Amino acid sequence: MTEVVRLDNVHKWFGDNHVLKGVDLSVRKGEIVAIIGQSGSGKSTVLRCMDHLETINEGRITVCGLTFGKNIARKDLKRLRRDVGIVFQSYNLFPHLTVEQNITLAPRSVRKLTKPKAKDIAADVLAQVGLNDKIAFYPEQLSGGQQQRVAIARSLAMDPKLMLFDEVTSALDPQLTGEVLRVIEKLAAGGMTMVLVTHEMGFAMKLAHRVIFMHEGRIHEQGDAGILRNPDTPELKQFVSNGL
Amino acid sequence: MNQEQILYLIEGAWGTLLLSVLTFAFSAMLGLAIALMRVSDNRIVRAGAFGYINIIQGTPLLVIMGICFYGPSILGFSATSALFAAVLALTIHAAAFLGEIWRGCIESVPRNQWEAAECLGLNRLQRMFQVILPQALRIATPPTVGFMVQIVKNTSFASLVIGFAELSYNAKILNNSTFKPFLYFGAAAVLYFIICYPLSWLSLKLERKLTLARS
Repeated sequence: MTEVVRLDNVHKWFGDNHVLKGVDLSVRKGEIVAIIGQSGSGKSTVLRCMDHLETINEGRITVCGLTFGKNIARKDLKRLRRDVGIVFQSYNLFPHLTVEQNITLAPRSVRKLTKPKAKDIAADVLAQVGLNDKIAFYPEQLSGGQQQRVAIARSLAMDPKLMLFDEVTSALDPQLTGEVLRVIEKLAAGGMTMVLVTHEMGFAMKLAHRVIFMHEGRIHEQGDAGILRNPDTPELKQFVSNGL
Repeated sequence: MNQEQILYLIEGAWGTLLLSVLTFAFSAMLGLAIALMRVSDNRIVRAGAFGYINIIQGTPLLVIMGICFYGPSILGFSATSALFAAVLALTIHAAAFLGEIWRGCIESVPRNQWEAAECLGLNRLQRMFQVILPQALRIATPPTVGFMVQIVKNTSFASLVIGFAELSYNAKILNNSTFKPFLYFGAAAVLYFIICYPLSWLSLKLERKLTLARS
């Protein structure tokens, strides 16, 4: 089984704040990993480091065959950004572009596809997230859940090997959360390798092959979804009970 | 006021208009370049733009006019045309202000937009021109048009040093021979208003058009 993500002894400081204290992590192809933990535990930082949105101070990261530390070769960064799709909590759609334009922008500018080809891809990924009819709408005209689904479609259009989700439902109410989670489930069924930082325990239990509990910058406990039902460490016990 | 005098004022208004349009066209280009330099990754480029802005903003327009008109002859060029010197000075001056205004607008586009564009693989130029600047344009419209009105008013400096025939200069000439200041300067004020009001109206129209998608 090929390894898609590997973190070796990763340390990160934000100024004096030691946010990641020696994280070792591995994600295999087709695996779905959920990272949970309190605010400040470092879980979002770990995710962002995988896409080089944050630079690490020590250690090595290997993603989709590309290895980097604090610095990354420009060519490698380009490849990394193509192979990794990331979806954010605040969707970050481009407000001045329609849904279709949002999706076709990167395929046309980065992968240099022709406009018709890019439009085909847009129609295809929008069908995957169930939003074909919104193709000519502007982001403002969509609900939060719809915007998030468009954001997922936008990342999918670049045909990534790895999808990262950074608390993508935290800004949504339960109903809208549901529609986004269904899309993610569908992706999972298709065999996409995914790492999700999430607060949705139920979703993590249902979908994740592995759950990682981060606490104070370290991986405190990890295992299959069962650890949420039967936590080993008192910190995870506390965290789960707080969530219920 | 007789017909000749009215025509003389309108000639001046034409001079004002000409200076304004040319200045805006050139200072927009230079101002954009300055703004982009201010947000560059390169420390030297950033510092260069910062230096330019601070020096020019701190120098009276009158002094810049003087330098632009008399400067070239010191360097060995033959007499500079009044129009060229005036537009040059006004451009240098306006670009310093426009550059700062536009830098502020670029920086007020949310950081998330940069990140999202970066994560999709867009390079720096693509991020700037396809994602950030279109959004910055909307934010920039009110202060930019406000400054365009300033440019129109600043053209009145062109006559003080360079003797370019623009509106306030022509009004002053008429007043000097007839001593009816309220009449001539009043008429000049009306003409200035006629030039500036469409700008404000245009700004409102542009703002509405550009935010159409948001509603």
